[in-house]
Amino acid sequence: MSASKKLYDGAEIFFESLRRENVEYVFGMPGGATIQIYERLYDIDYLKHILVRHEQGATHMADGYARASGRPGVVLVTSGPGATNTVTGIATAYMDSSPLVVFTGQVPTQLIGNDAFQEADIIGITRPITKHSFLVRDVKDLAPSIRKAFYIAQSGRPGPVVVDLPKNVISAASEFQYPEKVEVRGYKPNYEGHINQIKKAAKAIAEAKHPLLYVGGGVIMSGASQELRAFAIENNIPVTMTLQGIGAFPGTSELSLGMLGMHGMYWANQAVNNCDVLIALGARFDDRVTGKVETFATKAYKIHVDIDPTCIDKNVTVDVPIVGDVKKVLQNLRKVMPGKPDTSEWWQQIRKWQQECPLTYEKNDGKLRTQFVLERLSEKTKGEAIVVSDVGQHQMFVAQYYKFNHPRSHISSGGLGTMGFSIPAAIGAAHAVKDRPIISISGDGGFAMNMQELITAKAYNVPVKFILINNSFLGMVRQWQELFFDERYSFTDLSKHNPDFSKIVQAIGIKSFVVNMVDQVDHVLDEMLNYNEGPVFAEFRVVKEEMVFPMVPAGASVSEMIVERLNPQRML
Amino acid sequence: MKHTISILLENRFGAFDRVANLFSGKGFNLHSITIGETEIKDVMRMTIVTSGDDQIVDQVLKQLNRLVDTLKVVDLTEHERTERELALITVSYQKGNLQELKNISDIFRGKIVDINNKSIMFEITGPPVKINAAVNVLMPYGIKEMARTGTVALKRGEQINVAKPDLEPV
Repeated sequence: MSASKKLYDGAEIFFESLRRENVEYVFGMPGGATIQIYERLYDIDYLKHILVRHEQGATHMADGYARASGRPGVVLVTSGPGATNTVTGIATAYMDSSPLVVFTGQVPTQLIGNDAFQEADIIGITRPITKHSFLVRDVKDLAPSIRKAFYIAQSGRPGPVVVDLPKNVISAASEFQYPEKVEVRGYKPNYEGHINQIKKAAKAIAEAKHPLLYVGGGVIMSGASQELRAFAIENNIPVTMTLQGIGAFPGTSELSLGMLGMHGMYWANQAVNNCDVLIALGARFDDRVTGKVETFATKAYKIHVDIDPTCIDKNVTVDVPIVGDVKKVLQNLRKVMPGKPDTSEWWQQIRKWQQECPLTYEKNDGKLRTQFVLERLSEKTKGEAIVVSDVGQHQMFVAQYYKFNHPRSHISSGGLGTMGFSIPAAIGAAHAVKDRPIISISGDGGFAMNMQELITAKAYNVPVKFILINNSFLGMVRQWQELFFDERYSFTDLSKHNPDFSKIVQAIGIKSFVVNMVDQVDHVLDEMLNYNEGPVFAEFRVVKEEMVFPMVPAGASVSEMIVERLNPQRML
Repeated sequence: MKHTISILLENRFGAFDRVANLFSGKGFNLHSITIGETEIKDVMRMTIVTSGDDQIVDQVLKQLNRLVDTLKVVDLTEHERTERELALITVSYQKGNLQELKNISDIFRGKIVDINNKSIMFEITGPPVKINAAVNVLMPYGIKEMARTGTVALKRGEQINVAKPDLEPV
């Protein structure tokens, strides 16, 4: 009889559902529309709520957690401004295919559309930046919607899903049964690549003289690093990585060419220009990688493996499209390889390029440079740390100079390029990984954008090493202004009004260091890495006018790479 | 080139928006869009007329397929199909040309659905090209108002004689 069935209110159903999804952490902030959820949360011990200081911080934390762990990050915010504050974080996750489930409070269903207090059409606002979204209009739909949201967020090409929860749905009562199976009839990601296509690819690779593996974030998401490593070693094929692909293949390996693209390695871009078979794995031919599309890898027979069919033939037309999960496709590819390519002559050529134009910077003028700090950091942590960069020059330097050994270790907002990402994302990553150092690196521009989350780091004693690379400029824009806009530094100089960041950090209660000189770097990095009492901060006051090289100007062909400062006299 | 795309869509909150949003967000052309119920419960059929080169249409189809709420996406341009559109056209008339207008309507197999002492309303159904032809012929008389439904289309069954499946006396 139904009378014997227990009724649960929406808030109970919400947390029971999260429990079934094995959610460890919820990043959020309470408000009027979610007060009943928080009322229930007060007694819950099977998951931990991390109280943030701004909802944008919550989404980046959940994103950092997701990228470091591979599990969906969960956000809980209130309606209206709480919901709109998540927009940048959701867009960031969407562009980099990071699985998030964002729960937003909403005004009661009968008030939706009435311009009620703290009402925002968050489903409408986030439609172009979510993989899918749900407005739960009946408490009976709550558990099935949560089940579907988690399934959609983490399957296929992962992405953020928004679940909007009207206040009256949360307080309404219903029976609770968490659906065991999830069936979304319009959504069936294809994991198995077509075997005939895989055989076609195998034949081309075996016959290649100049093959190149071009790997993106998809390799990390599908957990294909082991397969990639085995495949590259078996066939002696060089591997170049996109910004999101860094870590998919060990940066210290002889076979690694490092990053390609706008600020990629000279030899990696030369290899792309001259390869005869290009094997793109979980990468999407982004404009920062291809430069001028018409000139990208023109000599190459192109193989493209991606789980999202929309990525295929979007920017660059390919010869062998394979829609499927990179890991499964690589497993099958290894089985059907008819032979190995002879790459000995190709490697000689690549080594020549590597000697021709090595990655380097000015080391003899005694000035403090980001590259040096990162080189030392890479050595001290032996490439084992999780490094969460922000956006701009230091981000490119991290990609160039830190040698990552493992997947899910380089975390950065690549697609959207969200400044202010690093501080909260590193806090999120620290909740996912507890046995390796977590290092957040920001410039002075991005640092100021979300530094309120240092309060969160202190509140939960999160062991993140916060590094501030302070060059008193919005450095990347400054670099473009120097190179392409006649050195007219329009609104990029922050030096006059930058605060004393270390004092702000001290006021929050976080131990802090300031480094001005090259010879202080080692000592302070050691202090930071050995600090075991929660968050720690260091500001590195680096030279203002440094630029990131090599560089392919936007829209130019990769062969038009600038490899060093055009006029060294400009350097102060 | 124009493409007619037929979509089976979940009849769910926001599903239509997602399709429409895709066209604005990705900058795809949208010539017409229609939506209506189908024989299946909670499933709507949308017919979209878009245009672009092969690469763009390929993206349109893939992006539509990627939406969670789309159940089936077919480019009817690759198939034998029947396309229809309905138009209501109100035209002014003078005493002398009423019969003439009626003759035009007959040629297009139109119906007169309203008349007063100044204007006459025709209902014309047919492939979009036929509606265009009717509009062109009626234009000189003075079209006061017009409402077109946009194209609806379905794939045709097995063809016995596929020579000119869409032929209809005009």
